Amino acid sequence: MSAQASQRARSAIFARLRDADAPVPHAVPDVQGYYDGLPATPGDDATRFAERARGWQAEVIETTPEGWPAALAALVSERRLRRVLAGRDTAIADTLAAVLPSMDLHWYDESLETFKPTLFNEVDAGITTTLGGIAETGSLILWPDVREPRTLSLVPPLHIAILRASTLQPTLHAAMHAQGWAAAMPTNVLLVTGPSKTADIQRLLVYGAHGPKQLVILLVRDEAMP
Amino acid sequence: MSAVRPVADPLAFKDNARIVVADPVLRRSFRGAMDFLTDKRAAQFPDVAGFNRLRALGESIRQYALANLPQLLGQLEERLAERGVHVHWAENAEDANRLFLEIAQRHDAKLMVKGKSMVSEEIELNHRMAEHGIDCVETDMGEYILQLDHDRPSHIIMPAIHKTKEDVARIFAEHIPGAGYTEDVNELIAIGRRALRDKFATAKIGVSGVNFLVAETGSIVLVENEGNGRLSTTVPDVHIAITGIEKVIAKLEHVAPLFTLLTRSATGQAVTTYLNVISGPRREGEKDGPREQHLILLDNGRTQAYREERFRATLQCIRCGACMNHCPVYARVGGLSYGTTYPGPIGAIISPHLMNLESTRDLPTASSLCGACGEVCPVGIPIPDLLMRLREAARHDEPVAQQRKALKGQGGARRMLEVAAWKGWRLVYANSRIYRLVTWLATRCRRLLPGRQAGWTGTRVALRPAPRSLRERLAQRRPTPIPMDDTSKPAA
Amino acid sequence: MSPPVPALPTPRDVYFFATCVVDMFEPEAGLDAIAVLEHAGLRVTFPEAQTCCGQPAYTTGFPEEALRVARAQLDLFPEPWPIVVPSGSCAGMIHHHWPRLFAHDAELSKRARDIASRVVEFTDFVVGTLGLDLADADDAPVKVALHTSCSARREMDTLRSGRAVLAALPGVELAHHDHESECCGFGGTFSVKHPEISAAMAGDKLDAIAATGCSTFVSADCGCLLNLNSTLAKRGTPLRGRHVASFLRERLRIASVEHGP
Repeated sequence: MSAQASQRARSAIFARLRDADAPVPHAVPDVQGYYDGLPATPGDDATRFAERARGWQAEVIETTPEGWPAALAALVSERRLRRVLAGRDTAIADTLAAVLPSMDLHWYDESLETFKPTLFNEVDAGITTTLGGIAETGSLILWPDVREPRTLSLVPPLHIAILRASTLQPTLHAAMHAQGWAAAMPTNVLLVTGPSKTADIQRLLVYGAHGPKQLVILLVRDEAMP
Repeated sequence: MSAVRPVADPLAFKDNARIVVADPVLRRSFRGAMDFLTDKRAAQFPDVAGFNRLRALGESIRQYALANLPQLLGQLEERLAERGVHVHWAENAEDANRLFLEIAQRHDAKLMVKGKSMVSEEIELNHRMAEHGIDCVETDMGEYILQLDHDRPSHIIMPAIHKTKEDVARIFAEHIPGAGYTEDVNELIAIGRRALRDKFATAKIGVSGVNFLVAETGSIVLVENEGNGRLSTTVPDVHIAITGIEKVIAKLEHVAPLFTLLTRSATGQAVTTYLNVISGPRREGEKDGPREQHLILLDNGRTQAYREERFRATLQCIRCGACMNHCPVYARVGGLSYGTTYPGPIGAIISPHLMNLESTRDLPTASSLCGACGEVCPVGIPIPDLLMRLREAARHDEPVAQQRKALKGQGGARRMLEVAAWKGWRLVYANSRIYRLVTWLATRCRRLLPGRQAGWTGTRVALRPAPRSLRERLAQRRPTPIPMDDTSKPAA
Repeated sequence: MSPPVPALPTPRDVYFFATCVVDMFEPEAGLDAIAVLEHAGLRVTFPEAQTCCGQPAYTTGFPEEALRVARAQLDLFPEPWPIVVPSGSCAGMIHHHWPRLFAHDAELSKRARDIASRVVEFTDFVVGTLGLDLADADDAPVKVALHTSCSARREMDTLRSGRAVLAALPGVELAHHDHESECCGFGGTFSVKHPEISAAMAGDKLDAIAATGCSTFVSADCGCLLNLNSTLAKRGTPLRGRHVASFLRERLRIASVEHGP
């Protein structure tokens, strides 16, 4: 019944749209042209990224391809994170298993329905990989998938992200094209810029609204040095 | 802050405005809030030329989408269906609410968590669901505060901008079990977070609005800071998104400029915490995400705005709220006075199509046409022009131009006295002989004009013509009288 | 941004379109504007049959009435001279809206566009076209605030010209007021359809201007001045706004046109 009503509404809406004044033909928007015309930004992407991300209250730890596992282990130990959650079979999974105490490290293996009580109440931090970052805004690019579910970067109070500087893109527009988003669109693509926040009470900014209260980014400086 | 609670009816606009304007505390609070938002926006667009280039692109993207609206909606529907999203169409609020109810009943859901959605306000989703025993909980902090207090949003981006932290402290202490009274904003947000986490974990249905729909990829794009939008669209088994049919854009890459225009215009942020691009429910092997996803596409008067080219730009709006932040009228009367879902300048041009021109007749006139709204609009909507066209439609039973069709409530502000006054005005001003006679008489009889002039003399002295008009004084300095209708003689 | 009328060689002749408000309510402003123009060596032609640009009806939702009135002005400016208008919003109406008003008729539209291209707001004309030398003006110190009408600011870019005129006058200190770019609350029929909101805007504007401690304020729009001065008179305070042409004539020590030439 609802399907029929919806179809009736659809027909009526389309009939009205087609009955309207003929649209003035409009050229395809030149998005690329706009971005090509922007003045070049000075400095390297990694430095800009770190500065912008810190501006959004993300903690950025600059590290090296060799040094990041130890930096992560130190972070987990200093913050006394008792229950750290990560996705199995990712590019960093083996390293995590090697450097984090097995008592503290847990894998996101269950589906959300059964895992909810643990996820909502017991996990101290979620660790994720990233597909890249955006230098202009200090944003992380995440494509949650079967290994790293959407809630891994969302429900725990602390989100730790591993970001390789070589995957940074200058702008969102550049990232969409360089990484071929439109052709490969997964069920969820996220940009994450700093921890969650709100200014809904008297315009006073508070971090830690509904998502993570803190965001730590391990920025791995692996880009080719000139 | 104040016991003032404007009536949720656009016909009450003038009464509402009168009450608010007379309240100095409210006035100061609105002015402070608007100054904060306008300053933050200005800092994001330091150079006018740069803003104009980006705005031209945003305008072109929205115009392109509207120029191809039927095709894009068709393409969107196809892509979404391929991705397993159920697409529904609703002609009005009743249709949309019935769709929500049917989905809820199918899942035996008694609780919905809702991310911020102005379209859900437009259809009064919370009230309709409550009538059927379904609790629809607002999860945006501002909206949650308002829901607990049985209040309404006064701004489309900062819904609780009319509340102080003391108001929130009282509301939380009264309505959230176990919450003590605190005016510490960090504490208050922590209380809200705790109270709502339980709801996220237990609700069967999550509801959201939509910022952009991408036809090319079949994606629902959400822009937010708090994370409640992500939780509402990820944790519950079922996700229902609702939005107007105008929200579709052609290409994924169009999101990039619109996103930055939106966040910078709305709150003066270069970016929000989250940009959430959803393209379908949980897939095989994925451990979370909704198992079922629905998109409800609502008309509710949008096709009327679309019908005529001269109103179509109304639908370019990306709901940033910059026009209200910069509007001197909104800053003085606040959002609630409008009595509509969408307040301020954008509300004045969209509400007549969503409701009708008769019940919203006082909104298009509630502007001095100062142009601030049009100047800051990130997608170039000529808001003052649209206000004038609506004023015209409200004052003519039939459209002035023959080929046009009547709007809902066309002629709703037509008053014979006003019509006659303008006909009389035309008679005088379109004929220079009559005009000169009337000016001559008016200047001679200036003392006879009433001292009370409706609307004008409340706070001003009465208008009185000068003792002699400019033309008379110019004529007097001439050695010889200039013949009437001679248009080329120098004045001196 | 460029002034609506490019800096051409100074013309010998100009038309003066006074506007209905100046003709009936503020004739001094019109006389003073003409005095300044004549002082600069121009011959000023005042077409006797002029009435109004049609703006009041146009913005209220009566375009047909506005069109009839505007139509009656189309024949009044046959020579290719600039048309100086001492009111920004009226200049904006002619410059931006007349071409649209007559869009349905090719012949009228052509004439409307011709007139639109020649219309120039008084201050813009003084700064952009005349380049009047103000260095010899009275240099007695005076603190002045500037109120630019919104349509003048947004449609005609007269903010720059207004500031330029005041900056070029010796002894004049420009007093910036809070929320300077905000509307004064006039808006034609808005002021009587929504009197309380309009009054609140006018009140805030005047409070901000008064707070600068200026002795007067100037504007190039007689609608705004009518609104603000009527409010000040009701308040009973001595502060008054003046048309920029009157202020300019006084500072340039030019005799009123009625006493000369």
